[in-house]
Order: sequence, then structure tokens, then C-alpha cells
Amino acid sequence: MRYLPKSPADREAMLKAIGLRSIDDLFAPIPTEYRLSRDLNIPRQMAESEIVDFFRQRSRENADGYASFLGAGAYFHYRPVIIDSLISRGEFLTAYTPYQAEISQGTLQSIFEFQTMICELTGMEVANASMYDGSTAAAEGVMMAVRLTGRRSVVVARSLHPEYREVLATYATHQGMPLTVAGFGGDGRLDLKELEKLITQETACVLVQSPNFFGTIEDVDAIAEIAHKHGAMLVVSIAEAVSLGIVEPPRQADVIAMEAQSFGVPLGFGGPYCGVIATREKYVRQMPGRLVGQTLDKQGKRGFVLTLATREQHIRREKATSNICTNQALVALMVNIFMAVYGKVGLKELAKQNLAKTAYAAGQFAKHGTVLFANSPRFNEFVVQTSEDPYAINSRLLGHKMIGGLPLKKFYPELGNAALWCCTELTPRSAIDTAVGLVAESERSVRSAKEEVEEVAR
Amino acid sequence: MKHMTRKATCHVNQNEGLIFEKSSAGKAAWKLPPLDVPEVDTNKLLGASERKDLGNMPEVSEIEIIRHFTRLSTWNYAIDFGMYPLGSCTMKYNPRVNEAVARVEGIANGHPYQPEKISQGALRIMKSLSECLIEITGMDAITLQPAAGAHGEMTGLLMVRAYHQAQGNARKKILIPDSAHGTNPATAAMVSYAVENLKSDSRGMVDIASLEAQMNEDVAALMLTNPNTLGVFEQQIHKIADILHAKGGLLYMDGANMNALVGKVRPGDFGVDVMHLNLHKTFSTPHGGGGPGSGPVAIKKALEPFLPTPVLLTKADGTLGFDYNRPQSVGRVRAFYGNFGMFVRALAYIQANGPDGLRQTTEDAVLNANYIRKGLEGTYDLPYSTPTMHEVVFSDRLQAKKGVRTMDIAKRLIDYGFHPYTTAFPLIVPGALMIEPTESESKEEMDLFVEAMKSIADEVEEDPQTVLDAPHSTRVSRLDETAAARKPVLRWKPGN
Repeated sequence: MRYLPKSPADREAMLKAIGLRSIDDLFAPIPTEYRLSRDLNIPRQMAESEIVDFFRQRSRENADGYASFLGAGAYFHYRPVIIDSLISRGEFLTAYTPYQAEISQGTLQSIFEFQTMICELTGMEVANASMYDGSTAAAEGVMMAVRLTGRRSVVVARSLHPEYREVLATYATHQGMPLTVAGFGGDGRLDLKELEKLITQETACVLVQSPNFFGTIEDVDAIAEIAHKHGAMLVVSIAEAVSLGIVEPPRQADVIAMEAQSFGVPLGFGGPYCGVIATREKYVRQMPGRLVGQTLDKQGKRGFVLTLATREQHIRREKATSNICTNQALVALMVNIFMAVYGKVGLKELAKQNLAKTAYAAGQFAKHGTVLFANSPRFNEFVVQTSEDPYAINSRLLGHKMIGGLPLKKFYPELGNAALWCCTELTPRSAIDTAVGLVAESERSVRSAKEEVEEVAR
Repeated sequence: MKHMTRKATCHVNQNEGLIFEKSSAGKAAWKLPPLDVPEVDTNKLLGASERKDLGNMPEVSEIEIIRHFTRLSTWNYAIDFGMYPLGSCTMKYNPRVNEAVARVEGIANGHPYQPEKISQGALRIMKSLSECLIEITGMDAITLQPAAGAHGEMTGLLMVRAYHQAQGNARKKILIPDSAHGTNPATAAMVSYAVENLKSDSRGMVDIASLEAQMNEDVAALMLTNPNTLGVFEQQIHKIADILHAKGGLLYMDGANMNALVGKVRPGDFGVDVMHLNLHKTFSTPHGGGGPGSGPVAIKKALEPFLPTPVLLTKADGTLGFDYNRPQSVGRVRAFYGNFGMFVRALAYIQANGPDGLRQTTEDAVLNANYIRKGLEGTYDLPYSTPTMHEVVFSDRLQAKKGVRTMDIAKRLIDYGFHPYTTAFPLIVPGALMIEPTESESKEEMDLFVEAMKSIADEVEEDPQTVLDAPHSTRVSRLDETAAARKPVLRWKPGN
């Protein structure tokens, strides 16, 4: 086996040194009746070339070379080449959690920079070293608010990513955290009147997403005012990090639970991604996850360490703020490099291109279908309602090597034949025009079919 | 240094500030293509939601970013440099072909919501990995959704709870041995179970009499790490399972130490009902400075209805898809399907090994731990003489007489060119030195390690201050953690 650095002679010598005759003696503590006396029934040992071949074949069975209009919590943005050059360095790739600070300063300083940039972008005062993803970060953000307020119930926006809502429901079920869902109005934003009705003296927090699942930017000021008036906290989920380049961050939030995948992390069929929690300094001791802090060594030199560990499971056990241990460190490093590459000016320009492409696409679609929530500010996603079932439209698009918007029937049956479309800086105008053309064609044929039926009926 | 180490020497190590300290207006590492649609008036589109300023985000050039992170990287120790004997962390070699195949275009850029018809490659990878892991563990079904070990524990306990609930009583508590990882009790609390400690016997195993006394109809499950954190295989495992099952309880196995078992024995065969695996330990996916991980949960048939949604299934036409219609499911634990990139790497690792390679891997891991035990026995105190599997736990009892504790020895080990072992854990061993070499170490590397550890033991006798002040060769000396926690500085600010 090519990963194992021992010759048969080495093994013999080692066994002899230990005073054993055979390897089997080492496994004597395992009761004989349970020892496996056969080979595992898994594929035989493969050469590297065969492994590469296997995965290339799998790649060909996947969508490759398709133009895609999918977003919905996973965004296709350009990834600068140097991200992979840098994260492939063994010193980052093959290091453990930086518990031994003296020989982990590289990872630690990088996380400190990551925490700083997340604070700059979100307008918060502290950010942690990462969470699993945006969905679990949102759930943990809510649990943080529950601990901080001593209240238990939660009002969740229906315009929050449906899968984030499902994850929160799983986390909340057994913790005695009743959830109520506040709907959205005709403008695609949280219905503030309904929120007023649902919020009570028992409400620990309100959880919204902005830009929300429909790409619409929520009126966070108004939501914050309502939440705070009732002594509840506001937790804001941000699933599309690039929006922070041009959309004012929810500074009135108490906790921000983010998904930073857009910042240089490959789509990767849904993971690994990079969740983050950011909040106010006064709440830091109720934060889940790791934190890196600046300090000095014995000679007075600046250095970084994992800090405030008394919140964490390895110290506090069942009284910890969360059970999280392993996080998404290497993915956070990708995010960190991405943020350094685009920086203060680039992020804004990048976000502007997303905005422009989306405004163009929404304008074109509006000529042939109905673009919902058209008067609300949006970032890079929009909902198109059609006469025809979006699944049918999408199968026609697939024939043109295009993946259309996400049909919303499964999550929002009340929206009928609606789909969530997304454009980023990587969506060429030609793809938008082709997609719009195909949708227009199908709308025309549905319309003429309908007219025909009506004519026959007459 | 008493004996010059044969492994490490000094080399030039460059200073590097924070990225913000290199920033100045007008520098850039990015370039966007020309916009092919009309420019927009952002204020008109966004109104009050428009952001005007990005604060102190840096402005730097590409070469500066390359040098910045390259210099930072040289301040890290890593498996690629040498032995990383962190007990319970299984710091094994991270094969590079795993990285290559994870970056193949159609695999790296698949969107989680693209139609199933054009996701068959990704689904096939998930299916193949699932089948391998089910066979390796001897269980009946699996979910790949949990993002890390602790997340897997939560998922497993949610299924335990759902199982009991379906029988009419969710039960109240989880039994956890005193040698367990901190994540176990923290997880039980997240699923609203009370934690009851179970003590270990004189051999470091579960005390059967205590288990019998504590087991009753209130206990939902026992969370057991096997081999446990002492590196000891629970020899009475069948009895443990029987005691639990007789009272309707379930046996949860924390698979953190699965590297001692793969190909040699299967948890499903010795009575385990639910277990999680750590793909970033046993199955070679890189730790990356703390993650990403992946924590699949394998279960017995009786728990299958409760798997998180969606569940991978083979359709009538032979293609793969997801089943969302699972009324008894515990629900989702994460958006999408899990840390897919880690599934790719773990499957590539299993393929590179095959059944013979995996067995040899386990044998070498256990051989290595025993070789180190033999080499250091006598020099360091061995609190439990029970046979060692994949890791060995010593204590600092002998060195403590000179005022030197496990953390000091660990810090001194850095000067000898090694990453420290796990310190002060498990909690049942005061001053623990927990050493897990994994199969990735050659005899030569381990000989150097044993030599270094013996040399440190000599130093403790002759010049303990050298050890107490260690490390001496790193770019920073011991850092003031108390000050860091008392007055936390968690971000850079201009003028700092």
C-alpha cells in the first residue's frame, strides 16, 4: 500500500522490539468471535491513474459546461486562481486545529484577519472562526439569542431559505423552542403586521434573511425596531455574501449568521461551505465556536491564540455554548484570501456587476412573464412567474445546455408556476438572452394553446 | 538542549504583518471583465439599502497576497513536515490524489439544486461511499449529511430520541463514560438529554457493575468510544450491549477511534446500534487547520425511518435520486447534502487502499502505537497497563516531581521538531500524554520521536528549567493566554 512507509523487515523488527510474534497478537484484546476473518467487500485496491479515471467518469455524468441560473443559497462566482495555490500548501492543508499556538501562528493570524474582515463587512464587533454552514450558523445564532434573553420562542420569516428553516426546526424541536413563521407580503418582504402579531413577551428573537430567499432586501431597520420594542433580539441570516459589497449590512441586528460560500468557495454540490457568526462584543461569551485573540509572548512579541475556550465543549462539556468542535477552517482560509483579493474596492465592483446583470435579466424576463416583487430592492435573484410549469420550461432549457431557475412549487406552492432565477458576474448576456427567448417561446405557445382551446369552446 | 536532536534545525523565518498593514488605496489584486449589460444606477435600484463604504477592507496586490499567506504558512507545523501524534485526532497522511479528484470540473462545480438527471455522477459518489462505509462498519444504513463528528453525534442522538419516541417514551438520559470526549456530553445537552457519568474500572474500561446499576428504562443510550480514549478496546463490549438492549437502551459508538478497527472488526457485529465516523480522521480528508470535517452516521435497520432528509435512493429506472418523503425523519441537520467535497476524498482514499490496504493500515496504526509504548515505558508513567490499540496514554507523574507537567513536555517536543501529543486528556488520567502516531509514521520517524521524548525526560531530571521555558526555537514563545481571555482583542483596528 503506497501510503504506508514500512517494509516487511521494519514490521518484523518492530514486532520483535515489542516482544510479539505476530500482528494478530496486537488484536488479541478483541474477542475472537467479533474479529473479521474475511476481506471487506469493497472495491479492490486501485492505482492512482484508475482513481483519477473513476472520478473523471463521474464528472462526465454530472452537468458540465451548462450555463446555470441557480442560486438559492449556493452561488457561482469566479474563484481567483491563487486561492487554490495557497490553500494547497501542506502547512495549511495538513495542520490540525491551532491549539499549540507557537507552531500554529500561520493559521491563527489568518483566522484573526478573517474575523476582522467579517466584522468590517457585517458591521458587527466580533466574528468567530467559522461554523459548518449558513443553515447551522442560523440555528446556532437563534440558540445564542435564547441563552441571552432567557426567552424561548422564535419568530422565523417564511422568506428565510426553506432548508435553513428545516434545520432550525430540527435543532429547536427538542430544546423546547417553539417556532412561529411570519409570512411575506406582496412586496416579497417579511409582513411587518404579521410580525407584530406573532411577537410576544416570550419571543427570544426574530430570524430573517437579507437579501432573503427571493433575493429581496428586507427592511431590516423596521424589523429591528419591532423586535427590540418587544425585548427580542434580531438574528439576520446572509446567504449571499457578495451582496455585502453593495447592500448596507444589517447593522441593527444583534447576531448575524452568514454563509460565506460566495467568497471563493466552490459550489461542490452543496459543501463544504463556510458559516460564520458575528455579533456585538457584549454577547461574545455566549457565542458558539472558536475565536482567535491577539496577545503577547514572553518577549512582548505580538502573537495569536485560541481564546475564550471556557465557552467550548472540551472545557465546559454539557454546559458548553455548543457542541461544535471541528469547524470549516480551510474553507475560511479560502474566504479570507478571496476577501483580500477583492478588498475594499473590488468587492463593491463585483457586487455592482451582479446587480447590473440581474437588473438586465429581470427586465428582459418581465417582457414575457411576471417578475414578482418587482418594486422591492433586490440583489442577484428574482422570482419569475410563468403560465407553464417551470419544470417543463427547465427541461426544454436543459436541451440547450442551460439550467433554468429553481422551481419554487416544492417550497412555496402559493406562488404557483414560479421559479427563482439568479445571475452573477459569470452569467453572460448571451445566456440570459437565450434563456429569456426560450421562456418567451414557451409562454407564447401556452398562450396560443389556451386561445385555441377557448376558440374550440366557443 | 542536552542531546542535539537529529530531526530539527533552524531556518530563516520571515516576519509578516497583518494584511491590513500592507494595504494602501489604489492597489488591487482583481480585475473584472467589461460589463456586457447596461450599467445601472445603484442608488435607484437599492435606495436606502445601498452601501456606500466598505470600511477598512484591505487594498493589496496579488504578489503581496501570495507572499503574505506563504509566509504565514511557514509558521505552521503540519503532517507534511513530520509526525503529528495528537491522540484521538488521527493525524494521518492526506493523499494528494484526493485533492486532485475533488477539483475535477464537474465534481467541484456541481450546484446542489441542479436536476438529478445531470447529477448522477455526484450521486454515484455518495452511493459508492455509503456502501463502503456500511460494509466497513457492519451497519445497515447511513446518512452523509452531518458536517463534522460532533454534528454526527447530534444527528445520531436525534435518531435515538426519535426511535424511543416512536416506542412511546423518549427517555431521559444518556450514559457517558468519564473518559469520553467533551463533545459527547455537549451533544447530549443539545438534544435535551440529561448526562449521567459512568465510571471506568481499574483497567480503564467501562465498569460493568456500575453500568448494570445505572442502566434502567430512563436511559436512552450509552455513548461509548471504542477503542476508548485510553486506546483500550472494551473487551466486554458484548456484555455492555446486552445490558443496554435488555432494558431497551441503544448503544451509540463514537467512531473517533475507528482507525484502530477498520478491516479487523465491525461495530455492527458487536452490538452497536448507531455510530458516527470522522472522515477527517479515519478516512484521510485533511484537517485544514480545524476543518472541514464530515461526520456520517451509520445505523441499524430499526433506526432507518428516522434518518435525516433527504435520503439517497435508487429509482425504478436504475438512476439515483433523493427521497424527501420520510414522515418519521428527524428532519434536516444541514442545508443541501453534507460536506460533499469530503465524500470525494474519502472514497478516493478507500479506493487507493482496497480491503487489503485498509487492513494493513489498521495493523500498522496499532503496531506503531505499541512500538511507542514499548519505547517509552519506564521513562514515562503508564497509568493503565491494559493492551494498547491505536493510541497510548502516559502520565506526567514521574516528571511532575520536578515540577514539569505534560504541557511543558509537549512544548519542549516542539524544539525537537515534533508536534506535541494531546495534553491533559482524557480527564481520568491526571497529566495525560495521549499519543496516536497513526499508520503514516515510518520506523525511523518513531525512533526519532522516542529519542526526543527520552531526551526530554533526561532534561527534566538535569535541567527542568529548559523544559519549563520551552519552546525555545519558535518564532513566538509561550503566549499569554490569560491576558488574551481577560481582555479579548478579537479583531484588528486601525491604529492598533
